[in-house]
Amino acid sequence: MVFAARTSVLRAARAQFTPTRAAFAFNQSALARLLSTLAVLEQRDGKLQGSSVSAIAAALKLGGPVTAFVAGAGVKATSAAEAAKYKGVEKVVAVESEAYEKGLPENYAPLLVENIKKGEYTHIIAGHGAFGKSLLPRVAALLDVQQVSDITAIESEDTFVRPIYAGNAILTVQSTDPIKVITVRGTAFQDAEPTGGSASVTDGADPNAPAQTEWVSEELSKSERPDLATASRVVSGGRGLKSKEEFDRIMVPLADSLGAAIGASRAAVDSGFADNSLQVGQTGKNVAPQLYLSVGISGAIQHLAGMKDSKVIAAINKDADAPIFQVADVGLVGDLFEKVPELAEKVKSA
Amino acid sequence: MASGLRILVPVKRVIDYAIKPRINKAQTGVETAGVKHSLNPFDELSVEEAVRLRERKGPLKVDNILALSAGGPKCADTLRTAMAMGADRAFHIDVPDSNDGGLEPLTVAKTLRAVVEKENINLVLLGKQAIDGDQGQTGQMLAGLLGWPQATQASKVDVKDDQGTVEITHEVDGGVETLKAKLPLVITTDLRLNEPRYASLPNIMKAKKKPLEKKTLADFGVEDKKRLKTLKVTEPPTRQGGGKVEDVDGLIGKLKELGAL
Repeated sequence: MVFAARTSVLRAARAQFTPTRAAFAFNQSALARLLSTLAVLEQRDGKLQGSSVSAIAAALKLGGPVTAFVAGAGVKATSAAEAAKYKGVEKVVAVESEAYEKGLPENYAPLLVENIKKGEYTHIIAGHGAFGKSLLPRVAALLDVQQVSDITAIESEDTFVRPIYAGNAILTVQSTDPIKVITVRGTAFQDAEPTGGSASVTDGADPNAPAQTEWVSEELSKSERPDLATASRVVSGGRGLKSKEEFDRIMVPLADSLGAAIGASRAAVDSGFADNSLQVGQTGKNVAPQLYLSVGISGAIQHLAGMKDSKVIAAINKDADAPIFQVADVGLVGDLFEKVPELAEKVKSA
Repeated sequence: MASGLRILVPVKRVIDYAIKPRINKAQTGVETAGVKHSLNPFDELSVEEAVRLRERKGPLKVDNILALSAGGPKCADTLRTAMAMGADRAFHIDVPDSNDGGLEPLTVAKTLRAVVEKENINLVLLGKQAIDGDQGQTGQMLAGLLGWPQATQASKVDVKDDQGTVEITHEVDGGVETLKAKLPLVITTDLRLNEPRYASLPNIMKAKKKPLEKKTLADFGVEDKKRLKTLKVTEPPTRQGGGKVEDVDGLIGKLKELGAL
């Protein structure tokens, strides 16, 4: 009897817990079922751009169906078809119009909002490149949600990890907004496969919002080299190179011998040694290559912010106390004008 | 359309860029007490650009430059700096100091929208990002809320005519792009835009007499609503420096050993 009474008390107690647990479980599964992600892809002249891979990779990590979004002139046959081949992408929504070719946020943001509402997406993801950075906050404001920028990891459907203070602190943040608008750090999400998928391409809604800005021109640095943000090897030069002529004379053969992209510190960019678009750091590009070789760079925290996730860091600097040596896996103290050409020569002949 | 430029320059007080922030023991944020703070470097650029627009005497005269900051009492110092550089007046929106990173960009953008409307602003110059939160959102959000054109990461701003046509060159991946838009307009500044001036001593003295009005979020009908919850703030994984080698052969050998070559 006593035993039976105890079990029934237990059972009663359990019964009190069970409904909450059941409700919680239901919530979770409802979320999983309703979770639906829109990966906003950047395209240029019909080709998907680098940031798009990270948007797709991050979207796939969330779980739930992934729809890709592309807009521009004649994209269905080009970049939308390219997006449809990504493994895991279920659907591609394409809007064909010359008006969106340059990705101007003034008309692109209303376009996205229209399609987000129509598709009832819970997550909107874009790469944290110039396109995503200028577009997504505008979209978030129109949806009245607080964006989460430049995430490096996804912990759950509402919890994300992002670096703050130039990467000197790592913030784990939970979003309470109904729609999560997110930009992702390219170097943290690279594993989307561009083959094996067969998504259907459908037409998106086009609200024909007026363009308030006029695109005048662009000047892009043409380069045969691998793209800095996604290169597997990066050689980066700093103030120690002394002039633009020396920068080119020293860095180009080194990059060629390694098949690497060229980067630069802010000091080198500000002094005119290298183009702005090559700047690595908090305010420039974030890179995480297999090998980052720094030449004549002291290693200020703003610079380290952009490269300290590299697999292997090597440094050549004449100052043995330069902060770069504290993070470098291998350091060589010496005159770069001597050591770098020797290194380039030896790598090439190896 | 516009008779002159009425410029709003929002500025933020942040931990000085040269200081390595320390995470507090409770892992809820970054230690801010007793740490040197200064004007966010990108906001210095926007104050400078506003002042240069006045000095350039372009086709549109600058009527007024309003600096604004939201935060604890010490933001007043930041605003005095902006006024010493050339801003005419300032609003200090009093928000209690906190360890959770302060107002969220959406809240700031909503506040700025209200200020723009009340003060009849036609050009907002913001930094492209604050170096503490590294979010890079406020300018774009404000432009979206106002329905104005935006130019982010500007490296050149050129007022073309008295009709308020502005040409902006801005930094994009792999180069620069030039855009044309009409006032009213939101611009965010990039490093290459200009070289901010140092405030001279006489100007610092003069700035003390310039009007600094204290406001609250409620004055602009905005609530400090948090959409993001900080779960924790941690140290990034530290890298172990791997020591030094003697010569180039040593370097190549080590790189091979590490699998990088």
